[in-house]
Amino acid sequence: MIDQPNLKYVDELAGDDAAFRGQFIDIIKSEFPVEKQEYFEYVESSKDREAAEMVHKLKHKFNILGMENAYRLAVAYEMELLDGKRDSKSKFDEVLEIIEQYIKTI
Amino acid sequence: MNCIIIDDESTARAIVKQLCSKIPDLDVVEEFDNAISAIKFLNQQTVDVIFLDIQMPGFSGVDFVQTLKNPPKVVMTTSDTDFAIAAYEYECIVDYLVKPITFDRFEKSIVKIKNSKVKQAPSTAEQNSSEGKDLYINIDRRLIKLKLDDILVIEAKGDYIDIKTVKEDYRVHTTLKKIKEKLPERLFLQIHRSYIINFTKIIDIEDNSVLIAKNVVPISRSNRPELMRRLNLL
Repeated sequence: MIDQPNLKYVDELAGDDAAFRGQFIDIIKSEFPVEKQEYFEYVESSKDREAAEMVHKLKHKFNILGMENAYRLAVAYEMELLDGKRDSKSKFDEVLEIIEQYIKTI
Repeated sequence: MNCIIIDDESTARAIVKQLCSKIPDLDVVEEFDNAISAIKFLNQQTVDVIFLDIQMPGFSGVDFVQTLKNPPKVVMTTSDTDFAIAAYEYECIVDYLVKPITFDRFEKSIVKIKNSKVKQAPSTAEQNSSEGKDLYINIDRRLIKLKLDDILVIEAKGDYIDIKTVKEDYRVHTTLKKIKEKLPERLFLQIHRSYIINFTKIIDIEDNSVLIAKNVVPISRSNRPELMRRLNLL
């Protein structure tokens, strides 16, 4: 089951520091679409190693957004790509879509 | 205490920086998205603590730790506990933090840093204080004096070694391991299973090889961190 993204961890870390919270959300909002785009480009051009590196970067954001199941999926998918496999691709792509929709709301 | 943060992920750096800001006597003096930039920085100034990501593309956190001659206290940050276990092979590593890092866990790490005593390695100058400037090699029952400063490259060739100097080349019946023990560390460095180079004679370094006079010498992956540490990078 794919978990829903949330800002619990970021809020806990920020406490009363609204500036940090805002800055952090800005980083996620600006970096995520770029990394997602790069990931798809690598996948489409069959550059599995580069795609695995992007999965590696993206999975950190899953972690920060409290998506433990998605994080575990990304760990497995990263290894699959390095082995030339793509068993978890559709689920991983689904996670990206969920996050993309979520960050439009924050 | 002052510290630096090394992590290729900007979100991860922002998190550690935020956590550091909650510790009254801990200042973040710099942050880096790659290990090479951090090595350059550490060639210029010292810090008390490094928060270091283990998994970085190209030059990993563990590679980085290997380059540090007198390392400060290092706290590894990782998403994968398997990597964290490997990190404890190094004495300078006082703790590891699994991402996402909570403030409670971070505070415990600060206590560990303050309580730990990392042994400092002896300086290169101390190690080399008794070393001479010449080396005698035995060729056909003749002892030939070589100036250490004239030696360029030493290459293992089965039961022999080839010593290439600025004037001549010599083949000597010995091993690379034995001659390495006779060479001062300040001048010489093993950069490959089969090669020792005179570090001061490097002309340039490209990818996985070093140019010394006209000799292109390969650098092995395991020896690369030590070479990088020795470079006076700009």
